[in-house]
Parts: sequence; structure tokens; C-alpha cells
Amino acid sequence: MSILIDKGTRLLVQGITGRDGGFHTRQMLDYGTKVVAGVTPGRGGEKIHGVPVFDSVAEAMAATRANTSMIVVPAPFAADAIFEAADAGVGLIVCITEGIPVRDALAVVHDIAALRKSPDSGRPARGRPRLIGPNCPGLISPGLSKVGILPGQICKPGSVGVVSRSGTLTYEVVHQLSQSGLGQSTCLGVGGDPVIGTTFVDTLALFEDDSETDAIVLIGEIGGTDEEEAAQFIKRRVRKPVVAFIAGQTAPPGKRMGHAGAIVAGGTGQASEKIAAFRAVGVPVARVPSEIPGLVGELLERRRGRRASARPKSRHAGRSLAASRPARAAGPKRTTAKRGTAARGGGRRTATRRSSR
Amino acid sequence: MNLHEYQAKELFARHGLPVLPGQVATTPEEARNIATSLGDTVVLKAQVLVGGRGKAGGVKLARGAEEAYHAARAILGLKIQDLPVRKVLVARAAEIARELYLSIVLDRAAQLPLVMLSAEGGVEIEEVARVSPEKILRRHVSLDGLRPYQARSLFRPLLADGSQVSQAADILLRLWAVFRDGDCTLAEINPLAVTPEGKLVALDAKVTLDDNAEFRHRDWNLWRDPEDETPGARLARERGLSYVKLDGDIGCVVNGAGLAMATMDLVKHYGGEPANFLDIGGSSSPDKVTAALKIITSDSRVRVILFNIFGGITRCDDVARGIVQSLEQSPLAVPLVIRLTGTNEDLARKILAERGLSATTSMDEGVRAAIAKAQEVFA
Repeated sequence: MSILIDKGTRLLVQGITGRDGGFHTRQMLDYGTKVVAGVTPGRGGEKIHGVPVFDSVAEAMAATRANTSMIVVPAPFAADAIFEAADAGVGLIVCITEGIPVRDALAVVHDIAALRKSPDSGRPARGRPRLIGPNCPGLISPGLSKVGILPGQICKPGSVGVVSRSGTLTYEVVHQLSQSGLGQSTCLGVGGDPVIGTTFVDTLALFEDDSETDAIVLIGEIGGTDEEEAAQFIKRRVRKPVVAFIAGQTAPPGKRMGHAGAIVAGGTGQASEKIAAFRAVGVPVARVPSEIPGLVGELLERRRGRRASARPKSRHAGRSLAASRPARAAGPKRTTAKRGTAARGGGRRTATRRSSR
Repeated sequence: MNLHEYQAKELFARHGLPVLPGQVATTPEEARNIATSLGDTVVLKAQVLVGGRGKAGGVKLARGAEEAYHAARAILGLKIQDLPVRKVLVARAAEIARELYLSIVLDRAAQLPLVMLSAEGGVEIEEVARVSPEKILRRHVSLDGLRPYQARSLFRPLLADGSQVSQAADILLRLWAVFRDGDCTLAEINPLAVTPEGKLVALDAKVTLDDNAEFRHRDWNLWRDPEDETPGARLARERGLSYVKLDGDIGCVVNGAGLAMATMDLVKHYGGEPANFLDIGGSSSPDKVTAALKIITSDSRVRVILFNIFGGITRCDDVARGIVQSLEQSPLAVPLVIRLTGTNEDLARKILAERGLSATTSMDEGVRAAIAKAQEVFA
């Protein structure tokens, strides 16, 4: 299955009449997303790729029962577009726009947080909106729905959840996962800005609670402390296997690496600290992107083994563990009794690993 | 964008913050004239966008115009952390009884502005922060800002005198206005000096502006000093590319910041040294590619150029066209390694093949090939 978007997603696109808005509406329609409305002030009544355009989000909501909005308006107007969507009661707001001033981002992020706490606070429509982005590629639940600009053809339905601060690096990793036969439940880019609506921690919680996600890939980068917070959260609350990768290990301090959020400042935000934080809680960190599929595959195998060992009949578990560790299974003293020991030993190791997280 | 001290002080003065009169000079003669008009003792400060100016000899006191002339001549000949000093601020000097520290910075983890203040301001503030962080007071500010009573209560433990507390609170409220209305991510006064007469003055000013907010500040463009930028950095900014020069020899052209960082890391992983970070951005036209090549080839250390393109919004054929166009205009003196995957990849390969160029599909392969080429050139 997936998180946040699926077959029930009814999308409206704010900024649909723009060049990017039109192009990606076409792409999303082709992928199978139900794009039900577009909004551009002053352009109500038009149609873009067959999708009706409205003057306001409220009108679009009333006419089409949209539940999700994607924002592709220019940066000076993006914060206003987010407020408008929140006031109209949109549940999920995905802001693709890049280059929003941090002052504006702070204002919308705080407003949305307040709405989530008390949805009634005198607003036109009641709702607990969630904001993804800004400056993000959006999200895709392969085979079900796509809201954003990720290329659909590189994804494959499956059980790996992918969360990232980047755009094209996410595509790179997803592509490699798909090529290795590891499909994805949902791939989500949280955005490359310093102030964003949905964080790694929020997304990890969603993946942990999603019954169809079996493993999680987290792609971080230099700057801020989101990765360190994610590591702490994994230790406390995530039982599914997680593989991490951190971009920017060779980035010099004090320089902004493209993303407004990617800057090593005052000794914090370095890749080495983030890598250490993940390793300290038992999360393997890939040295290069091409290591990610192998690490995920390994952890999924182990998890399947662990699940099997959790079944009441321990002998069965022994076989399953042995199967996932050929070297051990092929040992010379392979008797029924020894196999039982190996299984218990494996169980203990697992327990140690978990408690050390 | 980081502002020079003299620019930040202009911004402060506009918001009514107490700064001492001064002007910026580019020659010793100018410095002498400014010192004459200010009278009395002046301080001369190198205007470069790096820290540690004082320790590098970039800050001098001068009594009278002649001393100012000689001090300016010394400072204008300096290089501080490789940056030649082209401007010197000549300002009236103040007697200092105490030095405080005051700043407002964006705390991204808390997603709130953060006020920091300390009774131990001055050049050693970073040391204070490291050794005794408890001496730096930290208070988050709501987006609505501070009320005057909150500002006063912050300073009361630091300042015994009631008038000084009022002055400091007023300074903090004005600094908040600079921070919020000016779209700053940092506004810092260090030192915030107390004179023997009990007056508070901002003796230094450090401001970082949020580049994304430039559309609502037309005056920012005037602050941008073309001489602070290398020609490559300027061309990158004008064409909407993101470029950071590094010390290696493998030039990288990548779409997307995350992938560009990962490409640099991979170059290093396989034993090479990246020459730069360069992100050509999302919807990349052939022109952006031409500009990218121009920027990279202006770096004489570059021995090979690696393209790493994962097509999404970026169309691989646009990139291929840009490469072909550039080569037609001016052939490259260094080898080219191209990796392309994604949107319109097949068309891109066709365009490249017509010019006898080929491209790999794997990032690892592309990086390794580039490193091998760089070593060939070296041999």
C-alpha cells in the first residue's frame, strides 16, 4: 500500500495554467492521478488538459471535492497559495515551488501546525492540513497516484518506503532500487529548504505505521539536524529496517550547496555527524548510492527471518534463519540440535541489536 | 548574501540603531579625508567577508588624519584569508567600558528566530560559546516578535543600570525589525559596547540576508559587490546556476543539488578530487549547459568534465543539445565524460552520437571513467 496518497487521492493543482503546472498536470494524468481541478486567480472557466480551472481553491473544493493540492505557483505567491489551501480545508498540501523566503515559510509552517492542533480556530473550513515541502519533488505511490514532479517510469510498486531531502538524488536511488527488483510503497521528498512542513520524523512515523511498508530508505544531506532527530526517533519508535545515505560528505563548510538548507554552518550539519548518529542507533549508512539496494535487500531478508523466528514453533524458525544465512547453514556440524542453538543465538543477536537502537 | 560591515551599519542606521559615523574608503587619500571630517580618533577596519580581521591586522586605531592615511595604506595592501582588501571603513572610535554580545538568528530545528545575548561580547565570543556556553543566554522569539517588557527582562540580569537596560531593550527591538523586515537569517552586534558615559553603541554589524527574499528588496542589488565574486560565480548567478568552486581537477555538471553533492562524494570515494559543485537546476535549457561549460573551463585546474544527468523535469535531449552547441562554438581542451538517464534519454544519445559522443547510463561508471581520464591527462 502507501502513505498519504493512493487511488482515493483527488488532486487540485494551484498554478495549473503556468508552464510547469500544465506540463506536470499532463504527466500526472498520464500516470493515473485523478487531477480534478486547477486554480489560477482570473482564469476560472478555462480547461487545461480537460481539467476545469477555478478562480479560488474554495470554489474548486466545492465543485470537485478535491482532498489534495499541489502548488506550482511562483515563489512570491506560494505562501499565499498555501494559506488559501489550508483555509479551504485541503487535507494534504504539496508545495513544489522553490525559492520561498524563509520568513514566509516560517509563517505557513506555524499556521499549519496551529491548525493541526485546533482545526476549529475560526477558519473558513475545518481541517487538519499537512504540508509537504516547500522546494520538494512531491510524492508518488507507484501504480496508485503521483502528486509532484517525480518521473513515474522509474518507480515500481513494492514495499520499500523512500524519504529524501533531495529531488534528482531520490530518482537515482529509486531507479537503482527498482532495477534491483525492490519496489516502493511510497517515495516522498520532504524538500531542500531549512523550514519545511513535513520532516523525516513525521514521514518515518507514517512508514512505520503503514502495513505495506517493510523497509525504509532515508536520503539525507548536509545542513540542519533533521537527520540526527530522525536517528533518535528511529531508536525510540521505528522497528522496521532503515538504510540511510547522506549526501555532501565532501562539501566545504560555510558554502551553500544549491539547496538553501544544505549548508554546513558553525560546525553543525556535517555529514560525518549525521552518519555517526545513524550508525549509533544501528542504522546502516551506505557509502555510495549503489550500496543502498544491497543493504535494503539484506535487511529485508533478515527481517523475514526474524518474523519467521517469532512464530511459536522455533524449529521452523531455525530453518528460516539458516536459509537466510547460507554460510552458517552450510557449516559442517549441521545437526538438528545445533540448528536449534544457532536459531536461539540468532535470536539473541537480534535482541541485542534492537535494544542497542 | 552576507553584507559588509559598512553595509550592515547603513541598514542598522536606517532602523535607528546607534552606530558611530563613518564612511568607506578605497584609497589612503580617501581615508585621510574621511578622518579629517570625523576629527578625533578613528578606527579603520578592512571590509572583507571573513572573520578574524582583527587578528590579521585588518583593524587599526588612528589619531588624526596622517595616522589614518598610513593605517589605510597598510590595511588596503593586506590579503585576509586569500581575499585582497579593497575597502576600508573609517569610523569614529569609541571608548569602551564593557562589551556585550547580541544577535538574532534563525533556529531551523525549532523553526523560530533565536535571540542570543552575552555579557562577554567581543572577539572571543566563539571561545565563550565553546568553553562556557552557559554564559550565552538563548531565548526563542515568536513570529510576532518581542514585547518591550520581554526585551527589558532579557537584559536586566546583564546590566545594573536602568537607563542601560532601556537602551539595550530598544536596540533589541530595533534589531528585531532589521531581522524581520529586512529578511535576514542573521543580524548580529558584536560588540555591543557600553561607553564610560553609559551609552550603548553597535561597534560592529554582521548581517546575512535570505537570498530567496531578494524579489521584495530592490536595494539588495546595490549591495552586491561584483568584486566579491569570481567571474565564474557571477556568470553562474546570472544564469541561475548554483556553483561552488573546489580544489580538485574533475569538473562536475549535474542537475539537482542532492545529486550534485552525491556526485562529488562519489568522485572522492573512487579516489578523485572534484573541482566544483555545479547544479544546472530543474528545467535546464541548452543555454544553461553552455554557461556551465564556460564556467568550468575557466578553471585551469580542470582535467576532465563529467556530466551526471538524471532526467526528470530536466530533459536529457536539452542537455545533449547544449553540449553539442558548446562544442561547435569552442572545442574543449579537456576530455568529456557523459552520464545520462531519464526523460528523453534515447533522443539525447542520438544527438550525441551524431557528433561522435557517447554516454553511459550508470553514475558509478561515469565517475570511474572520469577519474581514469583525469589520470591519463596527468600521465
